[in-house]
Amino acid sequence: MAARAIGPVMLELRNIALSFGGVQALRGISFDVRQHEIRAIIGPNGAGKSSLLNVINGVYVPQQGEIVFQGRVRRRMDRHEAARQGMARTFQNIALFKGMSVLDNIMTGRLLKMRCNFLQQALYWGAAQREEIAHRARAEEIIEFLEIEHLRKTPVGRLPYGLQKRVELGRALAAEPCLLLLDEPMAGMNVEEKQDMCRYILDVNQELGTTVVLIEHDMGVVMDLSDRVLVLDYGRKIGDGRPAEVRADPLVVAAYLGNPSMPEGHA
Amino acid sequence: MSELQFFAEVLTGGLLSGLLYALVALGFVLIYKASGVFNFAQGAMVFFAALTYVGCLEKLPRWTGLAADSVLLVWLALLLALAAMLLLALAIERLVLRPLVNQPPQTLFMATIGLAYFIEGLAQGVWGANVRGLELGIQDVPMDWVLDHTGMIVSRFDLFAAGVAATLVTGLALFFRHSRVGRALRAVADDHQAALSVGIPLATIWRIVWAIAGFVALVSGLIWGARNGVQFALTYTALKALPVLILGGFESVPGAIVGGLIVGASEKLAEVYIGPWVGGGVESWFPYMLALLFLLIRPEGLFGEKHMDRV
Amino acid sequence: MSAAAGAAGTHPFPDPSTFPRLLVHQARVRGDRIAMREKFRGIWHAWTWREVLAQVRAMACGLAAQGFGRGDHLAIIGDNRPRLYWAIAAAQVLGGVPVPLYQDAVAAEVGFVLDNADISHALAEDQEQVDKLLEASTAAARKLRIYYDDPRGLRGYADDAVLSCTQLQDAGRAFDATHADFFERALAAVVPGDVAVMLYTSGTTGKPKGVRLTHAALIAAARGGVAFDKLGPGDEVLCYLPMAWVGDYLFSYAQAYCAGFTINCPESAAAVSNDMREIGPTYYFAPPRVFENLHSDIMLRMEDAARVKRVMFDYFMAVAERCGADILDRKPGVPVLDRLRYALGTLCVYAPLRDALGLARVRVAYTAGAAIGPELFRFYRTLGINLKHLYGSTETCAYICLQPDGAAKADSVGMPAPGVEIRIAAGGEVLVRSAALFQEYYRRPDASAAAMDAEGFFHTGDAGFFDADGQLKIIDRVRDVGRLAGGELFAPNFIESKLKFSRYVKEAVAFGDGRDQVCAFINIDAAAAGDWAERRGIAFSGYADLAGKPQVLELIRGCIDRANAELAADAMLSASQVRRFLVLHKELDPDDDELTRTRKVRRAYVEEKYRVLVDALYSGKTEQYIVTPVTFEDGRSGSVAATLSIVDCRAAAVAA
Repeated sequence: MAARAIGPVMLELRNIALSFGGVQALRGISFDVRQHEIRAIIGPNGAGKSSLLNVINGVYVPQQGEIVFQGRVRRRMDRHEAARQGMARTFQNIALFKGMSVLDNIMTGRLLKMRCNFLQQALYWGAAQREEIAHRARAEEIIEFLEIEHLRKTPVGRLPYGLQKRVELGRALAAEPCLLLLDEPMAGMNVEEKQDMCRYILDVNQELGTTVVLIEHDMGVVMDLSDRVLVLDYGRKIGDGRPAEVRADPLVVAAYLGNPSMPEGHA
Repeated sequence: MSELQFFAEVLTGGLLSGLLYALVALGFVLIYKASGVFNFAQGAMVFFAALTYVGCLEKLPRWTGLAADSVLLVWLALLLALAAMLLLALAIERLVLRPLVNQPPQTLFMATIGLAYFIEGLAQGVWGANVRGLELGIQDVPMDWVLDHTGMIVSRFDLFAAGVAATLVTGLALFFRHSRVGRALRAVADDHQAALSVGIPLATIWRIVWAIAGFVALVSGLIWGARNGVQFALTYTALKALPVLILGGFESVPGAIVGGLIVGASEKLAEVYIGPWVGGGVESWFPYMLALLFLLIRPEGLFGEKHMDRV
Repeated sequence: MSAAAGAAGTHPFPDPSTFPRLLVHQARVRGDRIAMREKFRGIWHAWTWREVLAQVRAMACGLAAQGFGRGDHLAIIGDNRPRLYWAIAAAQVLGGVPVPLYQDAVAAEVGFVLDNADISHALAEDQEQVDKLLEASTAAARKLRIYYDDPRGLRGYADDAVLSCTQLQDAGRAFDATHADFFERALAAVVPGDVAVMLYTSGTTGKPKGVRLTHAALIAAARGGVAFDKLGPGDEVLCYLPMAWVGDYLFSYAQAYCAGFTINCPESAAAVSNDMREIGPTYYFAPPRVFENLHSDIMLRMEDAARVKRVMFDYFMAVAERCGADILDRKPGVPVLDRLRYALGTLCVYAPLRDALGLARVRVAYTAGAAIGPELFRFYRTLGINLKHLYGSTETCAYICLQPDGAAKADSVGMPAPGVEIRIAAGGEVLVRSAALFQEYYRRPDASAAAMDAEGFFHTGDAGFFDADGQLKIIDRVRDVGRLAGGELFAPNFIESKLKFSRYVKEAVAFGDGRDQVCAFINIDAAAAGDWAERRGIAFSGYADLAGKPQVLELIRGCIDRANAELAADAMLSASQVRRFLVLHKELDPDDDELTRTRKVRRAYVEEKYRVLVDALYSGKTEQYIVTPVTFEDGRSGSVAATLSIVDCRAAAVAA
């Protein structure tokens, strides 16, 4: 599908286990993500998909296993460290600042990129001003990319759901991540909005070379979009491979794909 | 003096003192935005700041051997008071806010009440409880130029204080609108959880905001202290901020400014025009009545955000 | 930088009579004034006339280097962007003909034009348009060189037949450096009789026709309008209407080149209303639909506004209704007290409203293309917005009639434009003769001959007459005007436009030719009717469901009763009152060929496609089942089925 070349492994999870009280959310999961690829995570509700994403960017601390990111082996990921190392993510239940404008929301995505100190900030000195302008220019590129120019000044809370998802993607992109984690980026969208979102994800991946890990329910989207698919069920890994392989895997079919209630392709 | 001139004079005086109310209210607004709590200790911080400044001024000649009338002394005292406020902010974040993270706002509010008593005690413990005067070098006399040209009496000190307050208020408003920290603060105010999830360091924002609130408290303390003397009653100036906040909205910087101006102007005008009918003393209760009326009409304040409770 | 600027001492073209010469002229007399702006990434970027000339020069040389030359056609497709406007001028410099296409045309429509105009060079705005051109040219096995403005997503197009505008212009600058005087000589070779642009008419019937307009004709029309409305270098225009439409060519290009005013390209179609507020155009055109939408937005917002605001709005709108139009027209006899009230209203309501609409600085606003409701027309004029009618067509360079300041009214279209001669034929058809007529329909001698008579009159196909004030009144297309079975006049567009004055009616199709009574299809306005239903707590699941709700049918019946009352007042048309109607379960859509790209109903096609429904209307049935094929926005097709109710209406008493 793309001219981009899949690179070496950039993120590897080894034998990760996570439990909350008595509930085992993840049971010995190992998988890797290669540079420039789009990696999908699928599985029924409660399979542990979001937990896995939360382990990757340090929201949850796994009880067992290790995380190798950018060549460094860690017992756990720290949330701020993850952001500094170039991870950005979106959330299943949009976590935007509803009272702030689209532009301001996207600018918050650049907070970690800003370097000027507090005093310079306070006095809006040369460097701070130049920095602000440079960041604004970057935010504007993202606004153009996502085709939300007309909404720049609109408070996010007033936007429909599909557009909020788009703004959240914009905020994640503002951090110029090398690894983008998307938690159900297309949930609750209509066919047209999904197509738009797919186009943005593909463009980000191909134009900027950003690696993408995404959780998605729409199998049509997953099959079209991803290079490799990880299948979870009850916290276990039951499949891992190219979309066609996963689709043909009897274990996966039995646990998930065979389920007639599962959405197949476009609903 | 014409009726209109008199009205203008009263109004001007009211607006000028209104800016001081706005300044105090600003301290509340900042903390309310960042931590979602009404900081009961703001008044105590004003008192503490003023007392620290005056205390340093007293003790410094002995500590440093500088002459008691040295200009350097004033700056040194100012610097020390500022450092004390900064230290206080850091301590509050570390010892009060961090352990109480994710607690309901009521708990935090109770904590600030405790904090208020602690700071008042600390201030008096360190510097003593006696009333002191504070001299900023600006006379509380009418401005000749204004008197000559308009026939109105406008106090030089009032004008100076209003100028300082206005500068500070505008500066802070601009800072929060246009800077990175300001944007982060607004993000935190908008949604704690979302702010955390995009990696905004909540603790740092808290420290910055409490430090700024401390700085605002120092400036208010100096001005109020210079006018009324540095005494325990300074803690009550904070109560003046309450009607301002109700009028302007708890989370709005422009609201604090406009609210302050309204309270300042209306209490002076009420004193002069309603006072004679009801026997004076209107100034002290009029703002509260105004606030009460406002609560009935527009509970979220002039600039406040409408909150819809999710059921 | 450019040779034109260098030769500033002598005026190269004392009477600039082609667009390239006009450009050189503007670059010379007001080289440092802003010619165009574009909002890009939140910032307005500007080009002076001198810079525009340099850009056009680079582009023209680039096109020449690519083999584009005299007589060639350059397809231009996309939103209003500076580079697309430069391409028009660049093609003209080389003696070529720009052919702007509608940006929402589908590949098949684009393919038709590529073939018909034998196009080998095309300039596209972005990836979407490039893809469309590639699809159309591949389907027709046509060799096409494509240039694009916005590189996003196009990096992977390794094809050497696809170049960016930047590459094109860079190559042009290199070409320019090695071909001294090429540009000047090419430019000087263009004569007023050359074709300046070819615009395809949307055509309510049959395939589109390429209307060829010469420099001389367009400049005559543009100068006529510039003088009529006293346009000058200080004016600002927001160009947001399709570049393939003659109006945009006239307002955003021809008149800008003649009068030297500034054109502004909005950031995106969705951002037009924002950008409008920022620019504050002084000269503005919009089809009635836009004015309707703005008006219903205002009304919706006022319904949600605080009580104090609403009371104030209502009071001052009543004041405006009473005296606003007279004050705008500087008529004497307005009482002083009303003038004071109006001044206060300007402060509190009208000025903020005009500002919110982006119409704060508008000096001249025009509407055309369809009828506009008299209340709506009056609404804008009472606010102090100088809204007027114009009437014209692609073949007449957009102008036939114009309303002068002080004589605007809703139900006629104005006096003949400067230099325009009008004759009403025996059958009521409006005939036009002027210097601003088209040359021919491209490769359609039959159609050209049919449209232009021996005396040089163009047959507009519209039926109309001059009213008592000497203004032309258009009632319908000649071809659509029919007779009821009883012999009374039947003007379907006239009836439909009366129906569409209601904000709940988006589209209407009236039937009646050769029948005993008039019946109609109605398309409800999803936004307005949906909002109406929500306010009344009527639950609905989608368009078709909403359209079928009995309450909505009742609402529409009310609208039709009002239209009937108006029809009854006109002696000639009182027999045309709508007796039965139904509300369609789907929106009429250009993608389904039911509407033209300019949103005119394709009457014959609709009648044929929905034959069962028409029959049901005239057979006295009360409901009818129908299955309709539809095209979704993503290009897939499917079908929708519904049972539609047919509703009877009362006829209003005819005024004696």
